[in-house]
Amino acid sequence: MGHGNVASSRQAVHAWLMLLPALVLLVGFTHWPIVATLVDSFFSTPKGARPGAWVGLENYEVMAGDPVFWKAVRNNLLFAGATIPCSIGLALLMALWVNERIAGRAFLRMAYFTPTVLPMIAVANIWLFFYTPQYGLLEQVTGALGLPSHNWLGSPGTALGAVTVVAIWKEAGFFMIFYLAALQTLNPSLREAAAIEGASRWYFFRRVQWPLLMPTTLFVLVNAFINAFRMVDHLFVLTRGGPDNASTLLLYHLYEVGFSFWDTGYASAITVVLVVVLAGIALLQFFVLDRKTHYQ
Amino acid sequence: MSAPRTAYNEPGWLDTLAAWVLALLWILPLAYAVWTAFHPAEFSTRFSLAAPLTLDNFARAWAAAPFARYFLNTTLLVGMILVVQLVLSTLAAYAFARYTFRGRGVAFALVLVQLMIMPDILLVENYKTMARLGLVDTLLAIGLPYFASAFAIFLLRQTFLGIPKELDEAARVEGATALQTLWRVYVPLARPVYTAFALVSVSFHWNNFLWPLIITNSVNARPLTVGLQVFSSVDQGVDWSVITAATLMTSAPLLIAFLLFQRQFVQSFMRAGIK
Repeated sequence: MGHGNVASSRQAVHAWLMLLPALVLLVGFTHWPIVATLVDSFFSTPKGARPGAWVGLENYEVMAGDPVFWKAVRNNLLFAGATIPCSIGLALLMALWVNERIAGRAFLRMAYFTPTVLPMIAVANIWLFFYTPQYGLLEQVTGALGLPSHNWLGSPGTALGAVTVVAIWKEAGFFMIFYLAALQTLNPSLREAAAIEGASRWYFFRRVQWPLLMPTTLFVLVNAFINAFRMVDHLFVLTRGGPDNASTLLLYHLYEVGFSFWDTGYASAITVVLVVVLAGIALLQFFVLDRKTHYQ
Repeated sequence: MSAPRTAYNEPGWLDTLAAWVLALLWILPLAYAVWTAFHPAEFSTRFSLAAPLTLDNFARAWAAAPFARYFLNTTLLVGMILVVQLVLSTLAAYAFARYTFRGRGVAFALVLVQLMIMPDILLVENYKTMARLGLVDTLLAIGLPYFASAFAIFLLRQTFLGIPKELDEAARVEGATALQTLWRVYVPLARPVYTAFALVSVSFHWNNFLWPLIITNSVNARPLTVGLQVFSSVDQGVDWSVITAATLMTSAPLLIAFLLFQRQFVQSFMRAGIK
């Protein structure tokens, strides 16, 4: 007994020693900041040598009265509502095509996936040129069709839509990969059976492929959700959240409050909102979705 | 074009057409950038077969900003992050996969938190921490929050769990210590997973922008993405040809690597996604 205990506690020490470096860094740069953000959100922003004072919910009251914050929330919901279904739908379509013996398959796959490996900040420059009034490619196409000139990024009505398109373009190929991987693991005899039964392609997709792809869809869905709240790089190049905050997103607003206006107290409160959103998705996945995906 | 279907579910000509239209749309921005970067400025929005090819835009971009330094910074940064991530996550994953100890479940749950709440959004507090450590505007500060990767730990733990325990025990019987076993048995068998993670990590950190933007303020630590942003926003003479050349230059190493090792890239991303 005693010997076993010594051995197992030595084992435990070894294990903790191996975990220690990673855990220290995780606590230092993930867990601690989460807690510290929550605490700081109840304090005012330190000014010079004067530390922040306890202000209770004041930062949250500021947030509730900040029209830009609500605009960012609204925009972010629209952004998520458009990017998530569009990028997943396109990804599925791309994967279904590339999974078959289609003409030019290697090229198609390369074309779909290429945006994924390019830096968002770099491709945003290309898209900026694309959208530019008068010179841009889009203007040339619409001009050739005799349509009136339009400033896509400079008009409040189209700025959010324009940055959403860029995000869908960037993400679809990435999600395609996961669908492609899943499609390739499907049993080929399913297809033979469907052929013998004379099932239509649509029927085969709806009744066989789609249900079997469910775990992948959920995995992709969670990733798409997270990305919808953290993908803001392109805003720095394309619109800077404008015009008149028409295309600002939560994380971009957080950046402006925290690092342009240096109002760290209020920025902490916005961070808390983002953490709550992401934690909510995590809990939803853990308690609701995981149960459904683990039947495999 | 409309060949008769040879097998069930083969895509018809309509699918092929749609797939090609989508692919061309997808590649269009890049093709446009390549056109602009390799032609003189007067052809940047005019398409003509007679347009002469030139590398002048690249030369001008290279001369206009310290891109050599940015390349060096990004390379060092990406390399540093990858090496530390691999070492730390290998150790942690081994502990989770092959040791039983009190608190393992809690420790693993703590690791998983980072899968959802990434350092990307904890900017304000991490900035304060770096300021306290005196690390603002260093490569180390860009890398530190990413050194411990929950994703890598999770991926390697799953892989290690799939390695037969008998191999481990056989090595122990021959007198190997835990670390020797890890190095000689587990690491070689997990090589494809390491490759997969390395590709994902390198492309993520090569492309990362927001945190480096915040934590750096000089050429000394600025990576390519931030350098490009500074370059293209300061240089608003709207010389598109030069900006596009700089853009392509920034993306080139990953793009070329991707085109050369397409299969590995795609497979790595797939492997990283399947738990």
